[in-house]
Amino acid sequence: MAAEIGQLALVLAFVLAIVQSLAPLWGAARLDPALMGLGRSAALLQLLFVAIAFGSLAAGFVGKDFSMALVAEHSNAAQPTIYRFAATWGSHEGSMLLWVLILALQGGAVALFGSRLRETLQARVLAVQGIIGAAFLGFSLFTSNPFLRLFPAPPDGTELNPLLQDPGLVFHPPMLYLGYVGFSSAFSFAMAGLIEGHVDAGWARWIRPFVLASWICLTAGITMGSIWAYYTLGWGGWWFWDPVENASLMPWLMGTALLHSSIALERRGALISWTILLAILTFSLSLVGTFLVRSGVLTSVHAFAVDPRRGIYILGIIALATGSALALFAWRAPAMKSGALFQPLSREGGIAVNNLFLLAATATVFLGTFYPVFVEIAGGHSISVGRPYYELAFVPVVVPLLLLVSFGPMLNWKRNDSREVLVRLRWPIILGVLALVLGILAFGLSQVLAAGGLALGLFLIAGAIAIPLRYWKISSSLGGDLKRFLRATPLAVWGMTSAHAGLGVTAIGITAVTAWQSNKVLTMKVGQTVELAGAQYTLNSIGEANGPNYQAAQARFTVTTHSGSRILVSERRLFPASQTTTTQAGIGTGFLGNVYISIGEQSADGGLVVRIWDHPLVDWIWAGGFLMALGGAASLSDRRFRVGAARPVLRTEAIKASA
Amino acid sequence: MRARLLLAFLLAATPAFAVLPSEQLADPKLEARARAISQELRCVVCQNQTIDDSDAELAHDLRVLLRQRLKAGDTDQQAIAFLANRYGDYVLLKPPFEAETLLLWLGPLLVLVAGGIGVALYLGRRRAAAAPAFTADEQARLDRLLKEDAA
Amino acid sequence: MKRLLFILPVALFAAVIGAFMLGLRHDPSHITSVLIDKPLPAFALPAVRNNQGLASADFKGEPMLLNVFASWCVACREEHQMLLQLKQQGVVIQGLDWKDDAADGARYLVENGDPYIKAGNDVSGRTGIDLGVAGVPETFVVDGRGRVRYKFIGPIDADDWENTLKPLLQRLRSET
Repeated sequence: MAAEIGQLALVLAFVLAIVQSLAPLWGAARLDPALMGLGRSAALLQLLFVAIAFGSLAAGFVGKDFSMALVAEHSNAAQPTIYRFAATWGSHEGSMLLWVLILALQGGAVALFGSRLRETLQARVLAVQGIIGAAFLGFSLFTSNPFLRLFPAPPDGTELNPLLQDPGLVFHPPMLYLGYVGFSSAFSFAMAGLIEGHVDAGWARWIRPFVLASWICLTAGITMGSIWAYYTLGWGGWWFWDPVENASLMPWLMGTALLHSSIALERRGALISWTILLAILTFSLSLVGTFLVRSGVLTSVHAFAVDPRRGIYILGIIALATGSALALFAWRAPAMKSGALFQPLSREGGIAVNNLFLLAATATVFLGTFYPVFVEIAGGHSISVGRPYYELAFVPVVVPLLLLVSFGPMLNWKRNDSREVLVRLRWPIILGVLALVLGILAFGLSQVLAAGGLALGLFLIAGAIAIPLRYWKISSSLGGDLKRFLRATPLAVWGMTSAHAGLGVTAIGITAVTAWQSNKVLTMKVGQTVELAGAQYTLNSIGEANGPNYQAAQARFTVTTHSGSRILVSERRLFPASQTTTTQAGIGTGFLGNVYISIGEQSADGGLVVRIWDHPLVDWIWAGGFLMALGGAASLSDRRFRVGAARPVLRTEAIKASA
Repeated sequence: MRARLLLAFLLAATPAFAVLPSEQLADPKLEARARAISQELRCVVCQNQTIDDSDAELAHDLRVLLRQRLKAGDTDQQAIAFLANRYGDYVLLKPPFEAETLLLWLGPLLVLVAGGIGVALYLGRRRAAAAPAFTADEQARLDRLLKEDAA
Repeated sequence: MKRLLFILPVALFAAVIGAFMLGLRHDPSHITSVLIDKPLPAFALPAVRNNQGLASADFKGEPMLLNVFASWCVACREEHQMLLQLKQQGVVIQGLDWKDDAADGARYLVENGDPYIKAGNDVSGRTGIDLGVAGVPETFVVDGRGRVRYKFIGPIDADDWENTLKPLLQRLRSET
């Protein structure tokens, strides 16, 4: 029954999406409040029905309804309930439903909370959002229906890939989707603004919470994905430049640029064309990402079962959405000039430079990801672009940007005295240079890049701390105390501090792990001890451990460092239903780094293959990511920038009255 | 007894695994070179892994072959070329620098330079017009207002 | 000039979409062979059965196929009937038994029919590596002078034969 309800709900949602696309567009053109109101209702109803559809699919999974094809293909009876629920989005069809749900969520949010928006703008935003929703609902209904039934229904299903039976599956995809599908609203706002022919500071104020919320989720989602890969894949990697990973990084880079650019637009009415273009590009990259995962145009460990026919459909959606947006941009944007004037050395100028570097970084990742495709279609041979390319091409683009990050918040709007800016940053600069010199002295000139990385991170952290310190100086110079300072300093300032500091923390983590990780591969017997990076590893025992749907061989180790001892456990798990084996690494986390043990085969004479890694400061990479997300959350909750803060809105009655 | 058998099965189940102790060379310097090169070679039967990480049997064969070449005295470049001559540039995770990949390697720089020129021109056009000189009083007020505006 | 700048994004985008559309036709896991237009690398392999090993010197005089197979390969069975038919039609197919025990390979050929004129056993896989073999089945088209002219990846079906391999072999025959 659930499948039928879900199917019906999906069809209704599709129809509503079409209504949502056409009615408000027409209504805005004719200033017809009834039609525009219809758009709002359609958006909310569409959200309801997509939610029902999603709920039906989830119910099928949790309720073990193996007559539903998707449930039978991606879950079995022995699978723990939480992973049966998460399997809802563990397939192409299911994840597409999640996509559509979040698209509908965005539309619903605009309909519900956008009552103070200029009515025509709101209508057009809903229309564009509706068009995208309709396109993807159509895609789902006509090519990837999640509600197909199997007849006769099998007694049990196929197990979900054991690698996916992990808390990571519960959190990572929904977070990611909230992120990059969330940017659809910014896209819709951009299109609506172009259609209206008018984009101003008020428009930027409206997209800010949407962009910020999406950015926070995407940051958290990427960070979670990295953590999940680290502990699951058995060799301690945290980023592989895999096409699908890149597909989430590119919207993140553009989204960061969009975030900052919209601030300039909101505060000073500057960078209008930039911001519109970034809003279009960010979501377009999300669309390209989904194309990547499902079309088979590139090989990736993350790809769903690929189907070039689906690829064509998605490509069509991209061509339509992005193509029309960029065409509209080319036509309308030149006329939408801002009158804002500012010196090059200003916060606006800084944000423009920020945009440039992030654009270059995104272009680099894009080139690296798709170049093999470009070469092949040009008649060339197969090539690969892997980590070595990105280390040589991406890093040199990002490092100058990181150096400039600390300067941005120290710049006033409109104009600055260059000497004053340097004075504001004198302590971070001094600390950074000091750190570099100390680093070279400690590690030698051959490791100057590593020393530089650490110094850069420190400079970023110090520069971030300098932000609230500057407020403190102003506050205390006006006679305030700590309480007054805390009350007077906006949350957005703490948000900026946390986010920029987080960047520094991540930079330090990446530098340390890349420069100083070490690894040993050897055969160990019970009772044997081996040494790596100043720690002793002893194999205590090899035994058995079983789980709800797996059987495991378990090895227990004692790891002794100068600060103490701990027990680490590594397992090899066999999942009888799918006959797959996974390895669970034993990870000992620490502030200064992790130790990572992964076991392999055991030979006839009792020797066990053991792989040991030492990962200095690796947790800093993710701590920094979460600091960034936290910073975003702080900014989002800043009362000053809440959507709905008083702004006079042109109501159609007023227009009619004056006519 | 069953438990023992299961254990044995679990620990011997898969055919090959990422770098095995048995594959490693005795000479630590050669082995370090082999590991470094392995991390720059693509496993041609996997979905995006290096031969160093991969569990595939072909990856194992290539790791062994690589070490044989290094032991036979090949330089890093020669050993890599040995494999590239058989599997093509596909096996190189660092794409070669040639006519076909010019855009790939120079692209980022191109974007930065072209974009940089564009932004420089853009910033030049946005420059605020020269303002008339302020009195000392007005200058002081302005400075204080600007400081607060930093919020 | 400024207009041009605004048109740049949509122009670039059109090019990228075009590239993706073309890219959809390619299977990225099918890597192009480095051996095209080069002579077959030298090899001499022991017999799979009937004391008839396979060597690179065997590839001369007329164009022929080199089919890489294995007894454990499931996809190879899909094309096996096709290969037997081709042998009946007079197509010369040589076999390379890849990463397989000669005994297993021999049993496979006895049980399912032997479409090969000669078959060599490459238990270690070294010759496979020299040929750039990444999986089974793969089929090389070698001309009368021992040069590799084409590499086909995957099982051969009737369409593949009619549309790709047959015309190629005919063209190579008329070359000599």
